[in-house]
Amino acid sequence: MPEILIPALEELETAYENSLNDPLFQKEYHDLLREYVGRPTQLTFADRLTKHYGRAKIYMKREDLCHTGAHKINNAIGQLLLARKMGKTRIIAETGAGQHGVATATACAKFGFDCVIYMGAEDMERQKLNVDRMRLLGAEVRSVESGSKTLKDATNEAIRDWVTNVENTFYIIGSVVGPHPYPMMTRNFHRVIGEETKEQLKKTEGRQPDFLVACVGGGSNAIGFFYPFIEDENVKMIGIEASGLGADTDQTAATLTIGTPGVLHGSLSYLLHNSEGQIQLAHSISAGLDYPGIGPEHSHLHDTKRVHYYGVTDKEAMDAVKLLSDKEGIIPAIETAHAFAYLETLMPLTQKDQIVVVNCSGRGDKDMKTISDWFSKPENNI
Amino acid sequence: MRTNTSRIRKVFENKPDGEKIMSLFITAGYPDLESTVDLILGFEANGAEIIELGMPFSDPLADGPTIQYASNTAIENGITMNAIFEMVNEVRKTSEIPLILMGYINPVMRYGIEKFCRKAAECGVDGLIIPDAPIEESTELEKSAKANNLDLIYLVAPNSSDERMRIVDEHSSGFVYCVSVTGVTGARQGDEVAKSVERFIDRVNENVTINPKLVGFGIKNHDDARIISQKTDGFIVGSALIDTIRTFYPNNGWKENVFSFVKELKFGKPE
Repeated sequence: MPEILIPALEELETAYENSLNDPLFQKEYHDLLREYVGRPTQLTFADRLTKHYGRAKIYMKREDLCHTGAHKINNAIGQLLLARKMGKTRIIAETGAGQHGVATATACAKFGFDCVIYMGAEDMERQKLNVDRMRLLGAEVRSVESGSKTLKDATNEAIRDWVTNVENTFYIIGSVVGPHPYPMMTRNFHRVIGEETKEQLKKTEGRQPDFLVACVGGGSNAIGFFYPFIEDENVKMIGIEASGLGADTDQTAATLTIGTPGVLHGSLSYLLHNSEGQIQLAHSISAGLDYPGIGPEHSHLHDTKRVHYYGVTDKEAMDAVKLLSDKEGIIPAIETAHAFAYLETLMPLTQKDQIVVVNCSGRGDKDMKTISDWFSKPENNI
Repeated sequence: MRTNTSRIRKVFENKPDGEKIMSLFITAGYPDLESTVDLILGFEANGAEIIELGMPFSDPLADGPTIQYASNTAIENGITMNAIFEMVNEVRKTSEIPLILMGYINPVMRYGIEKFCRKAAECGVDGLIIPDAPIEESTELEKSAKANNLDLIYLVAPNSSDERMRIVDEHSSGFVYCVSVTGVTGARQGDEVAKSVERFIDRVNENVTINPKLVGFGIKNHDDARIISQKTDGFIVGSALIDTIRTFYPNNGWKENVFSFVKELKFGKPE
């Protein structure tokens, strides 16, 4: 990270640590999660999906029911409270699918902050609905025309803005990426997902799950979901990356499957980059997963094999969109559908007395155009 | 701190009182692979005392649009780390000008930090500037640089604390790079830079006492350079130089136009 940001990161770390021991801060955060975000989100038994596979019981952690339609708001609210505590007056954020942008714009509207969202020009096209939502919420959405015009470039632009306006500006990073303390902080604002799951499953089933499945781009929903279970070795955890057209093609975002260690946006993690260390463009049909890096904690969990990571292709994910809509009446975000797609592989290996929980991280309204376009092609309906 | 005297340190030691050192940044492989060596030699002939050779990166997050553009162009031109080392070899055949490689940490890590430093030193590179690798994250780089007699230049910015400046000074060798404004690289309006820079430089001078100081970011002409570098050992120009190349390339005589810009940067407009 550039030298200019070092004081800002130190200031942030101190403020964050203080917030952990500040009962008023914690109370306000948890009150907001309950009264504004709508937590706790439900743990729904996927009755017909379970019958469809005829193996383990499938539950869904319903982050799609959060205000704004995805888990991202947990973190946006948390970081915004921190920004306010630090006396910052201006908020910036990057967004890929637009969910983090919407969550940030929402939090800014709620608290009356100026808000600038950087979004790749290509993503603005793919996620037009979310662009309109952000603008209606009062945010300025700046189109990023550099590089691949997607999430990584939006992140570059947001960092450049932060370097320039570091005095009054707080950068709300949307995933468990970026320099310390961001990955830790973002994880902690999302761990409520796993904590609730643990409690809810105990209540309904009287036990812990056998498998957790979540999609991974940068990895925020997955780490929040996994983290409270990490110590419990009986819980097997699976992170699903976007393979795009396949991890063996150059149209992929399967960072852990084919990447190697490197530094992007201030964290050391697995990356998609060529032999010269130039970052490669990631591809996924889902705008939220086409990031060429991944959160450093996921890289660690991959190296220690505590979490197993696999890839799912565009087609497999889109088939899962259809299946979940059909069987459970839930249209998932395409990102989320990657996690459900892995059930095709996982379920035949499970037993009837086992329990699988999938993190249903977001809803698919924002993706309706992509989904309609996809299924309008005959070859995609086989 | 290095004990032996590097090419970079010699420039400062031999500098007459009152004169300012001019360090120029050029992206390797911009505007094309063939011109880089000629440009460096031409810069030297027209008053540059230090060259910062940029190692292009796909995601230059500390750089403004100008250097982003130069980086992208160089990558499209097919620049590689080995091609950069070749350029340095070529310059060293005829020139002793201090050469600094400047770029982001990922391509350096990908090459291998130790291998990179060894190779750089073999070719005749004198120092490194890696703006996205602050001291805390540079243990291995510092070790390898030192082992290969490369100067490692760190940056201070207007928001660096006094204590931070002292730490940067202790870890740096060659000189300390003073970023005159918070923000990314790029030419700015002169007033904008000059006003804010003076108090910062006073603070730098109080705290950076071991190394010489060069000031950069936002300098676009001789007057900017003169005003901003007043209380330092010299100045760095990058984006304004690349903007100039961009203006003239590939017209006939583009290099001559660029060289006269360089001359004017250093000595002012001819009377």
